[in-house]
Amino acid sequence: MATLHTKSAARAMMAPAVIVLLVWMAVPLAMTLYFSTLNYTLYNPISTPFIGFGNYTYFLNDPTFLAALANTLILVIGVLAITVIGGILVALLLDQDFYGVNIVRLLVIAPFFVMPTVAALVWKNMMMNPVYGVIGQLLSSVGIPPVDWMTNVPLLSIIIIVAWQWLPFATLILLTALQSLSEDQKEAAEMDGAGALSIFWYITLPHMSRAITVVILIQTIFLLSIYAEILVTTQGGPGSQSTNITYLVAQQATSYGDIGAASAGGIVAVILANIVAIFLVRLIGKNLDA
Amino acid sequence: MARRVTTQKKIVTTILAWFVGLLIFFPILWTFLTSFKTELQAISIPPVFLNFDWTLENYETIQSQSNYFHFMLNSIYLSLGSTALGLIVAIPAAWAMAFSPTKRTKDVLLWMLSTKMLPAVGVYIPIYLLFVRFGLLDSRLGLIVVLFLINLPIIVWMLYTYFKEIPGEILEAARMDGASLGKEITQVLAPMAVPGIASTILLNVILSWNEAFWSLNLTTSNAAPLTQFIASFSSPQGNFYAKLSAASMLAIAPILIVGWFSQKQLVRGLTFGAVK
Repeated sequence: MATLHTKSAARAMMAPAVIVLLVWMAVPLAMTLYFSTLNYTLYNPISTPFIGFGNYTYFLNDPTFLAALANTLILVIGVLAITVIGGILVALLLDQDFYGVNIVRLLVIAPFFVMPTVAALVWKNMMMNPVYGVIGQLLSSVGIPPVDWMTNVPLLSIIIIVAWQWLPFATLILLTALQSLSEDQKEAAEMDGAGALSIFWYITLPHMSRAITVVILIQTIFLLSIYAEILVTTQGGPGSQSTNITYLVAQQATSYGDIGAASAGGIVAVILANIVAIFLVRLIGKNLDA
Repeated sequence: MARRVTTQKKIVTTILAWFVGLLIFFPILWTFLTSFKTELQAISIPPVFLNFDWTLENYETIQSQSNYFHFMLNSIYLSLGSTALGLIVAIPAAWAMAFSPTKRTKDVLLWMLSTKMLPAVGVYIPIYLLFVRFGLLDSRLGLIVVLFLINLPIIVWMLYTYFKEIPGEILEAARMDGASLGKEITQVLAPMAVPGIASTILLNVILSWNEAFWSLNLTTSNAAPLTQFIASFSSPQGNFYAKLSAASMLAIAPILIVGWFSQKQLVRGLTFGAVK
């Protein structure tokens, strides 16, 4: 009897959280799905005829969409490559014994707390500006002509900015994993005559593999939705060279008022994110002893 | 001899680590320095590092000319409001899942996590249209509700992992001693739950403060937080590096300090307990 009572109490305690999330997820998603089958623009919201997969075929044949899809993948993969490899190296460095380790940790983690619009504008103007930017001035002092980052290599510029924001996250998580590696194991390998490289390759890296997977999956979720960094730097341009799906969908809806096409784009983004989410949920579920 | 090698190695590591640390930190350091320069010094060629006339005029201009405090207050309202709402809904849920788990608890937790993975653009359009329809566009209340919903899964998860660590036997012992439910909660459980709740608040304030997609798309001026205020610097008129720097420092300083204090909780919260 008591357990029955506790059970219903527990259910009542969980209900608000479950209900609001269910509504938040299901209702708008269903509406997006519905809108994506309509010829629906904000300029003529009275007449919204059903056009089936029309928006999808329009979207999938639109060169801007294909460019945005490619840019989204390049952005995610580029940032992941830099942050994971960089994160492993920085974590290995911070795991060493040196003077001021706590202060250096604070310096390394700091970029993660910088809001996206600040990070993007500081990099665009004060680092990457071809005339006044620090990078341009450094390069020209050794005789290399400055690069107009935002015009000539817009996507790379955004990759660099976003990687700078996420490197601390990767480092912090990989460092946490490194610190749980027992010294005994490394010492035993050293006794057996293993070099530093083979210790890294056969002991440290496998130990970190789970943390690396977590970093990749969680970052991918966030990186698929990069928006502010593009908005305040290149606005997706020049042309559509730095437009990703998130930016394209927001633009379709707010600038062009094409609700139908934007919704189709949103559904494509949901499918992309789900592919990643399935792996992540499984991985975390395995680790959960509830 | 062996000892000397280790000291040498330690010095080399120290130099390398500080170099890497300062390199990563450099954009923030540079923004900090530039915020104390005049606009002319901010764009001088070659750049000045420390040898300039330090001035506070940019901070004064930011505060007097651009309604900085309006945006700052909005950021505070939005992050604290969404966090408070999140705690009210999440504490009972996490509590129930941690202390009376059923067969379905794990599925519910994972399902909540999966809602966090829904990309914003998947739900943005209906939300935007609903906001237009009900006049919620550029209102604090509307954005508070959205921020509450996007962060709720993280709050539930984080609280759950903390509550799980509270030993259930203590509860039983208290019950044996005849403690009432009220006493059980206020005198036994609350003190043990406070650190976890505090960490959750910190992480959620950081996430809400820096949230950009919804804040930029659902606000224009009235409810706009600092993210939107900084974005207004993206189309500059004339010399503005020093003012941009001052505004940036004002926008990131509070959260940078909060963040430095909550590094460990950050790992836990953002990995959903998968890495501790």
